[in-house]
Amino acid sequence: MLYVLVALAGVVGAVCRYLIGMLIPSHGFPLATLMLNLTGCFLLAIVMRYLARLPRVSSNMVTVIGTGFVGSYTTFSTFSLESIQLIEHQMYITALLYIGASLIGGLLFTWLGFVCSERLLARKEARTNAR
Amino acid sequence: MLVNIGFVALGAVFGVLARFLFSRWMKKRWPMDFPLATLLINLSGSFLLGMLVGSGAGSHWQLLIGTGFMGSYTTFSTFKLENIELHLKQQHKVLIGYLCLSYVGGVVLAGVGLWLGHEMSAIR
Repeated sequence: MLYVLVALAGVVGAVCRYLIGMLIPSHGFPLATLMLNLTGCFLLAIVMRYLARLPRVSSNMVTVIGTGFVGSYTTFSTFSLESIQLIEHQMYITALLYIGASLIGGLLFTWLGFVCSERLLARKEARTNAR
Repeated sequence: MLVNIGFVALGAVFGVLARFLFSRWMKKRWPMDFPLATLLINLSGSFLLGMLVGSGAGSHWQLLIGTGFMGSYTTFSTFKLENIELHLKQQHKVLIGYLCLSYVGGVVLAGVGLWLGHEMSAIR
């Protein structure tokens, strides 16, 4: 059953990636992949650091959303391909910007997800203690 | 449009399950601090996507195997989550190695794949 749910969540993640990719214009700069990957980094951090710690959320649920949905929503292979294609077209500055934005932005958005998760948990705890 | 979504969805089923099963198996078989499973998945996926595009495959194949399968098989978010976790565990040497291998390896392998795919389609 877990496999079926992971597969289903993966399909939803991939279709979201495909549709969003078509909506975001990527002329000269692969903006769509960058946006997808950065938002996915933030989402996965929230899933693993906030959702996973909620008592009502099972570890299987975390796997389905984290590994299935967010894992398929973000992609590394397209990033690699777009980077080498920029280099092949001698757009070195754009390639450097793209790789740099993915490298640093990815870390930043994941870290931001961690910080938001801690805040959300702290707020939730304060609310339960107040009761 | 719906046909295209169908191709992406079908590829994604196999891509996500391949990643899920492979990383589970790796973690059970060789438990280690280094996130080898994600690295191998991302590097092999970059190479294979390069080969697909280099071979000049038709748009339906690109949607099925490229956007669907390889897109879901490889992942960026888990890679970054593992980066931050390594940082929090103070394993900075492992983190630097992981980052270098992923970025340099991914881009170079995509290039090798592009070239190889192109050569193979020229022979055919």
